[in-house]
Amino acid sequence: MLRPQGMVTLSLGATDRKDAWWLSPLLFAIAFGGFSIYATWAAWQNEFYRFGPYLSPFYSPLLKPEWLPPWLSPAFLILGAPLGFRLTCYYYRKAYYRAFLLDPPGCAVGEGKPSGYRGERAFPFILQNLHRFFLALAILVWGILVKDTVEACIWDGQFGIGLGTLVMMVNVVLLGLYTFSCHSFRHLIGGKHDCWSCLTFGKQRHTLWRGVSWLNGRHMQFAWVSMIWVGLTDVYIRLCAMGLLQDSRLF
Amino acid sequence: MSTQKVTLRVYRGDAESGELQDYTVEVSEGMVVLDAVHQIQATQAPDLACRWNCKAGKCGSCSAEINGKPRLMCMTRMVDAIKTAEGGPILVKPMKTFPHIKDLVTDVSQNYRNNKKITPFRPAPKGPDGEWKIFQYEIDRAQEFRKCIECYLCQNVCHVLRDHHEFSFAGPRYMVRAAGLEMHPADQGDRIDQLKEELGIGYCNITKCCTEVCPEGIHITDNAIIPLKERVVDEHYDPITALFRKVFGKKAPPNPAP
Repeated sequence: MLRPQGMVTLSLGATDRKDAWWLSPLLFAIAFGGFSIYATWAAWQNEFYRFGPYLSPFYSPLLKPEWLPPWLSPAFLILGAPLGFRLTCYYYRKAYYRAFLLDPPGCAVGEGKPSGYRGERAFPFILQNLHRFFLALAILVWGILVKDTVEACIWDGQFGIGLGTLVMMVNVVLLGLYTFSCHSFRHLIGGKHDCWSCLTFGKQRHTLWRGVSWLNGRHMQFAWVSMIWVGLTDVYIRLCAMGLLQDSRLF
Repeated sequence: MSTQKVTLRVYRGDAESGELQDYTVEVSEGMVVLDAVHQIQATQAPDLACRWNCKAGKCGSCSAEINGKPRLMCMTRMVDAIKTAEGGPILVKPMKTFPHIKDLVTDVSQNYRNNKKITPFRPAPKGPDGEWKIFQYEIDRAQEFRKCIECYLCQNVCHVLRDHHEFSFAGPRYMVRAAGLEMHPADQGDRIDQLKEELGIGYCNITKCCTEVCPEGIHITDNAIIPLKERVVDEHYDPITALFRKVFGKKAPPNPAP
């Protein structure tokens, strides 16, 4: 005998689904957890973040104010911007609410905690509404990374490109795609308007919004590849700086 | 294709109690789960209750949970149901979120009550020629939301309603309806405060299950809920936009007349 449906509370993980619904939250937890551990470790190192004209994205912009205690790495002064951007990102929210908070663990999968849910209406998750401000910081940081990449083409005053320069170029392209496919960006560049024909240059702005919408449809993919690549960029520069890897100079 | 016998495990019961009952059906090519349920009605259990109407995925009546996934019975092929059952019987249950009536039929009237909270279409004055002038490119966005067939699969799968029983959240279907009105070029209604308070948009934590189950492929989360959340931020959580509004005044209502 089964109880009628309605208000029955299913226990955590209870579902009739037989597919591997737990796989994508698990992969996210492993990948995001792994990245976070690596990024924290790399930020604590406070060395090997420079090689030739290359600067690790974890340490850019490189700020070293006098009041900074020697045990604290300058990475901690700037990591808040990209971290806040990713933590309040609409894609990451979906992924970590599922993978870490199990709220819900999967679609049509039981949670086992019916009462007290306030979602993003109350602290702490009401802070997710600040996403657009982290977007502004992320765009700023992205601009600095572009500058770093331009500087990575200059070896002792001479133009030159090494493998590391290419790694950094790919990094800014991927981070740019992730940053400018943001849902808040899509809203701010035009998504907030309803009557486009009432606007000056409405048609052009609509075309721009359509373009950002196309990017926005791939926000999740950009989030993944840009996160993995920014980690690899740090790994590459770190290994070169430690002398474990020979950077090949292309020209 | 030769016929194949498979077992359908169907929820039978009323609001008091129920149980899962096995039925053997003959599957032929092209058959959908709703056909199998009809076959059971015709040959084994004439009292099996289920809602259906169009059998073409457009009326939104035959929503159920097939092998644990919210689906339309008429749009789920038996070959797929056999595959997702992974060797076991095909499980057909009513939608979990709503009060149960009988067998596969649930009481979805809560949704209609939520619908009434939404400010209806408030059209702008018509132009001098007695018409609204709207361009196709600017109405595309609102038209995506008009594809909704009110099958309530999104309401059923939404964990705010399904697991937390938080019915002060209007649910994804009504976020879609509100978005369709809010983003309409000739609409002058303001639903932002309403979305924040009575419709409870903040309950949504954008876990996207609604989008995953939508049989019409509406991008519920990306195109309706998130843009509405951003509009709520404009009005309530963004001091810079608020200051801008104070200085330059609220933007003029749209005037679609040329």
